[in-house]
Amino acid sequence: MSQPVIGRRAVLRGAALGLGAGGLLTACGIPAAKQSAGSCVSTDKSATEKSLIFSNWPSYMDESEEKVNGKTLLPTLDAFEKKSGIKVTYTADVNDNAEFYAKVRDQLGACQPCGRDIFVLTDWMAARTVGLGWIQKLDHAKIPNVDKHLLKQLKAPRWDPNRDYSVPWQTGLTGIAYNAKYTKEVGSYADLLSRADLKGKITLLSEMPDTMSFMLRLDGADPAKFDDAAWSKALDRLSGYVASGQIRRFTGNDYVQDLNAGNIVACEAWSGDVLALQADNPDIKFVIPEEGLGLWSDNMLVPNKAAHKANAEALMNYYYDPEVAATLAAWVNYICPVEGAREAMEKVDPELVDSPLIFPDQAVLEKTFAFMPLDTAKAKLYETDFNLAIGG
Amino acid sequence: MSALVPVPAAGKPERQGRRLTAYLLLLPGGLWLLLFFVVPIVSLLAASLYDPDGSIEAGFSMTWSWHNYVDALADYARPFGRSLWYALLTTAFCLLLGYPLAYAIAFKAGRWKNVMLALVIAPFFTSFLIRTLSWKMLLSDNGFVVDALKAVHILGSDGRLLATTAAVVTGLTYNFLPFMVLPLYASLEKIDHRLIEAGGDLFAGPFTTFRTVTLPLSMPGVVAGTLLTFIPAAGDYINAQLLGTPKQRMIGNDIQRLFAAGAYPTAAALSVTLMAAIVVLVLFYVRRSGTEELV
Repeated sequence: MSQPVIGRRAVLRGAALGLGAGGLLTACGIPAAKQSAGSCVSTDKSATEKSLIFSNWPSYMDESEEKVNGKTLLPTLDAFEKKSGIKVTYTADVNDNAEFYAKVRDQLGACQPCGRDIFVLTDWMAARTVGLGWIQKLDHAKIPNVDKHLLKQLKAPRWDPNRDYSVPWQTGLTGIAYNAKYTKEVGSYADLLSRADLKGKITLLSEMPDTMSFMLRLDGADPAKFDDAAWSKALDRLSGYVASGQIRRFTGNDYVQDLNAGNIVACEAWSGDVLALQADNPDIKFVIPEEGLGLWSDNMLVPNKAAHKANAEALMNYYYDPEVAATLAAWVNYICPVEGAREAMEKVDPELVDSPLIFPDQAVLEKTFAFMPLDTAKAKLYETDFNLAIGG
Repeated sequence: MSALVPVPAAGKPERQGRRLTAYLLLLPGGLWLLLFFVVPIVSLLAASLYDPDGSIEAGFSMTWSWHNYVDALADYARPFGRSLWYALLTTAFCLLLGYPLAYAIAFKAGRWKNVMLALVIAPFFTSFLIRTLSWKMLLSDNGFVVDALKAVHILGSDGRLLATTAAVVTGLTYNFLPFMVLPLYASLEKIDHRLIEAGGDLFAGPFTTFRTVTLPLSMPGVVAGTLLTFIPAAGDYINAQLLGTPKQRMIGNDIQRLFAAGAYPTAAALSVTLMAAIVVLVLFYVRRSGTEELV
């Protein structure tokens, strides 16, 4: 047997060296991710670079039926490109708020560009990024349409009272959906979570604010303002439903397939998904639960170090043109945040003018509630609690 | 064990040259390991000891909080144990299904051998996620499988396949079966047929020959296959996510969610614990099966 040229001692020495180098890392920790206008300055190259990178959620942009060279056309976005001369790179890569946050937090926390000029996040997560100082302040002089046409109810959210940092892309309701082929109407969360015939046949959403809002409502608490005691009580309630096997799963958008296939017969659902599904399957119904409706917006945000803020503002302004907004709403089926779009809808698709899930009336809006904005420490605590509760 | 033989002090230039070559050969792999194994592992270990009260906003400082491990295990003992249990079941089913399959391919398939091997590997041409999603359709509550089972009263009228422990373990078994079959096939295929004939010549029946000749010679394949199945199955979260309910959540689901929620120290402590548990189990297993030199 030949003798090895590399002995054990050399190997051990090498390993010790490697671990020693790694040992330096342990001294580091993770630096604070909070930025401020002073600590992270962005420069706008919009004047010279006519481009824009836009990250949005799937099925959130109107598509035309026909394709050109195998590419799906996006009518409103294509028209924007033609009108403004700005080339937009559009990607539907936001699937889940928490996941998207995990994707960009290292760059934004270190004041690095995250490769996007606009991304779209739901209120509670948008609030967190604004609170962290990761978002650029918008110039309202450049978005007159937004000031003019934004729905009154959306003008002053608690986390961004002057809409300095955010502009709603679409708004939606969280309620209940059921499949009428397999079950009779489910009118409230109390029913959804207690009816024996629904056991193991329902899902709730894995977005903590959505699901916990309803748990808080069931206890008679206000999701927009609650304390730790109310939180623990609501959490215990949820754990009970998990332990009893009433809840089958916690899902993202994927409840849509299960509901359509009849694997689940009722669930916590987002209005736009349900409306889109209804077009193919008339058995799917959306209900305004007795406990009320969750109202939320997905907001356009311009992150720090994004180099095309003025281009981004041009796009925001464009989508607040009522006619453009109506075209978009006719396709995405969520609540249109633009005043005047309802009138414009007469021309786009008269059937949708009276759709209560695109243009809800005052009576519906009065039943809505929003989830309390949380700072990151509280958010982490609540998310961890929620994670444990849905873990079974 | 040849690696234990001490290296004599280098003196001759020829020997030094050989040494240099050996180190140069190790360099690319070593650098790769340093960058993509040592650095992440050390930072993971570090993160598991950060201040549990830190947040992304305020940052995390190193406080050597060993207590993170105690807290994480207290909170997540159930999904943790469940992961190991599911991985064990999966490995057992893969072995039960995979051994006869690999045996048939190696000894009985004749000219169909290559085709059958290709069929074993074929599922890899589609993504893991798509394959798991198709199980969801197959096992669907109103699908033909459930309907058929209900018709013959194997399932009660309320019964379901999807969102059960059986679905999760079936999904895991399906997804990891090729990892069991391939190493088994490789070691069965190498067995010298004359040894099996010799078993017959010495008046051993087929079963005795299998037990005393084939099985021991295929042990390297069994060990490699069980490791390749057990280790990824224990860390998997896709199957539990898509085919299970909250009651089937595995530790991977929790780590993923904790990470997304910014609870780095707990997520890291759970990851390290899972790794350590697997390493200990594997070491124990390899020692017991007496095949250290084979894997």
